[in-house]
Amino acid sequence: MADPMKIRAQMKGDICDIKILMSHPMETGQRKDSNGAVVPAHFIQTISIDLNGKRVIQGQTGTSVSRNPVFGFKVKGAKVGDKITVGWVDNKGDKRTDEATVQ
Amino acid sequence: MNYHSIAIAISIAVALASADAGAKDKSKSRPIPATTSPAAAEQKDAATAEFEKFREVMEDANPAELFEAKGEELWKEKRGPKQVALAETCDLGLGIGVVKGAYVQMPRYFADAGKVMDVERRLVWCMVEKQGFSAAEIAAHPFASETATPDQTSLVTYVAGLSRNMKISVPTDDPKVKEVYRLGKEVFAFRAGPYDFACATCHGETGLRIRMQQLPNLARKEEAIRSYQGWPGYRMTGGIMLTQQWRMNDCFRQQRFPEPKYVSDTVTALLTYLTANANGNMYKGPGIKR
Repeated sequence: MADPMKIRAQMKGDICDIKILMSHPMETGQRKDSNGAVVPAHFIQTISIDLNGKRVIQGQTGTSVSRNPVFGFKVKGAKVGDKITVGWVDNKGDKRTDEATVQ
Repeated sequence: MNYHSIAIAISIAVALASADAGAKDKSKSRPIPATTSPAAAEQKDAATAEFEKFREVMEDANPAELFEAKGEELWKEKRGPKQVALAETCDLGLGIGVVKGAYVQMPRYFADAGKVMDVERRLVWCMVEKQGFSAAEIAAHPFASETATPDQTSLVTYVAGLSRNMKISVPTDDPKVKEVYRLGKEVFAFRAGPYDFACATCHGETGLRIRMQQLPNLARKEEAIRSYQGWPGYRMTGGIMLTQQWRMNDCFRQQRFPEPKYVSDTVTALLTYLTANANGNMYKGPGIKR
């Protein structure tokens, strides 16, 4: 089970500023461990963001994204109190969904 | 449909450099050989200032927060052979279970252990004495690597996070703390090893530097804060969380000293000296590092 994300969603004028911190090893599959064995690739493949249940952002990520990545988005049309749902799925099928409220 | 939600910007993935890329960047960012000319000194300050700017931007998105969250879980969960929670048994100096403000008031003397302890040492002591974990097993992997973060590292980060924006106030009036402070001062000045080095060789004088790195004079109150601020810190090279105990170990390594025992009297003494010197300064919470 993956560790929870940290999500901050704040209204700045009429734009909602979303910052997401994900806990993930993001292994590229090109690194070797101390015994010389390849560390298998393990990375987030898709991320999605819903605003009150409506998909507003969907994207694919790859191995070039760092470990414990930080994502920043700006979304129009949100207001204080709205519910933000963030989800990711990695190449091993692990997934995680977390919620936050727009402030 | 009462509104249209339009995503206007997609995926600004802040590239916290991966292990490989980070190592390359490091060599790239230091192309200027160390000289003592004023021009180089200015450039060095500019580089430091640039990173400070980056740090400010990253402050509200520091991956250290992930470890704070993990640490909070570990603090509250019933764990170990004795199945007790640290929150119900561990006293960080302000009473059992009290975490807020504890970080900036340590190292301090603990009567139950009969020793002056810094935060990490105290947490390990609680894990061993209260929860029944094996001290040897903890000491076998004391610090974070690219594959694993030890529990005590997350716990330290959690405790540190709850002292954010508080004043450092090590209880230096306590005679036991005073005694350890005096020892720490000696450790700081102790010259040894193949290079005949001491901490004070680099950190006992104002205005020194190694290549691009300014060296704070840790014996001076105004500069001593630099040994404290930003720890525990998330190091972007490799993406790992490291504590002040780790930093002290690394100082010993850099001086070509034998590696100190994990959570030893020596390291606590050194931390007591450094932290007490920084007394009165504001602690900003877990940091982010190159």
